[in-house]
Amino acid sequence: MPELSYREAVRDALATAMRRDDEVFVMGEDIAEMGGSMGVTQGMLDEFGPERVRNTPISEMALVGAGIGAAMQGMRPVVEVMYEDFLTLACEQIVNQAAKHRYMSGGQVKVPLTVRTQGGAGWSPGAQHAQQLEAWFVHVPGLKVVFASTPADVRGLLYTSIYDDNPVVFFEHRTLYGIKEEVPDELEPIELGKARVHREGEDVTVVATGRLVHEALRAAEEAEGEGVSVEVVDPRTLQPLDEETLVASVKKTNRCVVAHEAVTRMGFGAEVAAVLQHQAFDWLDAPIERVGARFTPLPFAPVMEEWVVPHAADVLEAIRRTVGRNGH
Amino acid sequence: MAKLEERQALPEEDLRDFFREMLLIRRFEEKVEERFRAGELPGFLHVAIGQEAVAVGVCRALEERDVMASTHRAHGHTLARGTPPNALMAELYGKVEGCSRGYGGSMHLYDVERGNLGANAVVGGGLPGIVGAALAFKLRGEDRVALAFFGDGATNIGTFHESLNLAQLWGVPAVFVCEDNHWAESTPASQHLPIRDLEQRAVAYGMESTKVDGQDVEAVYGATAQALEHARSGRGPFFLLCETYRLVGHYVGDPQVYRPKDELARLRETEDPIDKLRERLGLSDEEVEEVDREVTGIVETSVEFAKNGTDPEPGDALKNVYA
Ligand SMILES: Cc1ncc(C[n+]2csc(CCOP(=O)(O)OP(=O)(O)O)c2C)c(N)n1
Ligand SMILES: [Mg+2]
Repeated sequence: MPELSYREAVRDALATAMRRDDEVFVMGEDIAEMGGSMGVTQGMLDEFGPERVRNTPISEMALVGAGIGAAMQGMRPVVEVMYEDFLTLACEQIVNQAAKHRYMSGGQVKVPLTVRTQGGAGWSPGAQHAQQLEAWFVHVPGLKVVFASTPADVRGLLYTSIYDDNPVVFFEHRTLYGIKEEVPDELEPIELGKARVHREGEDVTVVATGRLVHEALRAAEEAEGEGVSVEVVDPRTLQPLDEETLVASVKKTNRCVVAHEAVTRMGFGAEVAAVLQHQAFDWLDAPIERVGARFTPLPFAPVMEEWVVPHAADVLEAIRRTVGRNGH
Repeated sequence: MAKLEERQALPEEDLRDFFREMLLIRRFEEKVEERFRAGELPGFLHVAIGQEAVAVGVCRALEERDVMASTHRAHGHTLARGTPPNALMAELYGKVEGCSRGYGGSMHLYDVERGNLGANAVVGGGLPGIVGAALAFKLRGEDRVALAFFGDGATNIGTFHESLNLAQLWGVPAVFVCEDNHWAESTPASQHLPIRDLEQRAVAYGMESTKVDGQDVEAVYGATAQALEHARSGRGPFFLLCETYRLVGHYVGDPQVYRPKDELARLRETEDPIDKLRERLGLSDEEVEEVDREVTGIVETSVEFAKNGTDPEPGDALKNVYA
C-alpha cells in the first residue's frame, strides 16, 4: 500500500475523477500555475490544461454560483475556496441556491457540486484566516458536509463527494496537509455518512473531527497510561451523521467527550451531544463533555491563539472529568 | 477621466521628506522579511516593496481628520499614515504595545486615532465601510473624506462593485485608490481581468477617475490631492488608479513559481520608486547614505522595542469580544 500525504491524497482524488470523467473540472483562485495556496493542485494544470484547471478572479460568490450552474447541467465541478473564512462571501449561493434548487423545483434538478475549502488555527494568521465554520453549513438542509482528518479518508471521501448528486461542502484542515497514511493502491470511495472508529476503548468515547481527531488520539494514549481506555470516533461526514456508530460506541463506554476546533458554543458538538443524550440517555454515566475553542474571534498573538483553540491536553482534561464522575 | 489641472511642483523639501518616508518603509519591510526568515515573526505577511510611492503619496495628501481603510498589504499605508514604527513592529511580534495590541497582526493593523480604520485580510472587505464612513461625514456635514486602498484583484469582488455604485449614487465623499500591481497573488491580470483599462470600472458607475504613475510619488500626491478636493467639495466620490509594481512575492516566503524569472529583475532595474525619486532629486551617495543610516536605525530600534515588548496574557483573548 502506498503512503500518501493528506495533500497528495486530495490531489489524487481530484485527478482520478478528472482522468475518469470529462464532466469533472476544478476552479478556484491561484489553483493553476501556483497549484493553490496549499499546493493541493500542483501539477494538475500540466496534466489537464487551463480549461479544466481554471484559475479564477477573486469572485467567490460567482465562482460557487457558476459551479452550481455547471452542476445543474450535469457536470461535476469542484470549486476551491481558498480559506473557509471566504465561504462567507459565497454563502448566498451555497445556502439559498445550491442547497435549495432540488427542493424548490420539486425534485426536478440535481446540484452535484463540491466546494472544497480549508482552514484552521495554529499559525497565527489572525481573525479572518483561521476560523472553523463547519457548523454553519451543517445547519442547512440540502447540503452535505464532510470534514476529513486523514489522507485515506480525504481521498475516499472527496471522490465520493464529487460523485454525490448533492452539493457537498468539503472541509480540509490546514495543519493536516503534511500528515501521511497508507492508502489503498486503487482509490476506494468511502461512503458518506459512515464514521471511522480510530481506536477502540471501553471507558470513554471521544467523538472528534478534523485536527482534533489527532489531538484525541494523543489524549487517548495518555489516558491509557492513567488506566482509562478511550475509544476515538471520527464521524467524517457531519451531514448526514452516522448516529448509529456514535450511539453504539457510547452505549458501550457510557461516557462521551465531543471535540472540535471550532468554537464550542452552538457548535457541531452540541448537536452530537443532543443526539447522544436522546438516544443513549439510560447508558450515560456522566454528562457529555465538550471541547472546542473559546468564544472569541481568533487572536493574532501566538500566546493567545494557542490558549483559545483546544489541544490534546484539553481533551485529556475532559476525559478525566467524565471518568471522575464515577470514582475513577 | 477627470481633467486634472497642471500639477504644481512640490517644494524639494517635501520631496526629500517623501524620500525619507519611502526609504523607511522599504527598510522596515526588508527587516520584516529578514525577521520572518529567522523564524521570529508569526503569521502571514505581505510586504509592498515597490509600492512605497503609492502609500506615501496618498497618505501624505490626506488631512488628519480623514480616514482610510487598508488591505492585507498594509505596512506601508500604516507607516505613511503616521503609526510609529515601534508600534507597528510590536504588533508584528504580537505584543501589547502593538498598534492593534497584539490582537490583529500584519493583516489587521488598526490605528484609529490616526484615522486608520484597519487593514483587512478579506479582499475588498474594507470598501463598503468606507462608503459608510463617507456617508456619516456627509450626513453630519463634516469636512472629511474616507479613502479605501485595494488592489487590481479586488476589482473583481462584489463589494468593489456594490461600493462604487452606492458611493456614486449617494454622492458621498469617498476616494477609491486602486493599487494596480498587475497581479492578484499568482494570477496575472490577463487571467483575471477581461479589460485592460481599469478606469472603465469607474466609468461604469458614472464615477470620475484618473490614472497615475504609481512609481512617481509626486504624481501620486498631486492626483490624490485633487481626488480629495473633488470629494471634499461635494462632487461625490473619485476613483484613483495607481499603476504600480510588486517587486517581491505575494507573501513573504513566496517562491513565485508562477512569475517569469526575468520580470522581477527587469522591474527592479526600471521601476523602483525610490530610485526614481532619488534621481529626480539628484541626491548624492552621501545624502542617501545619511538618510539610510537614520531610517535603518529607526527600524533596528523598532525590532528591539518589539522584542522587549509585553506578551499578552493568554486570557486577554477573551477581552474585546464585545464593547
Ligand atoms: C475574499 C478573499 N478571497 C481570496 C483571498 C486570498 N487573497 C489574499 S490577497 C489576494 C490577491 C489580492 O490581489 P490584489 O487585490 O491585486 O492585491 P495585491 O495582493 O496585489 O496587493 C488573494 C487572492 C482573500 N484574502 N480574500
Ligand atoms: Mg494586485
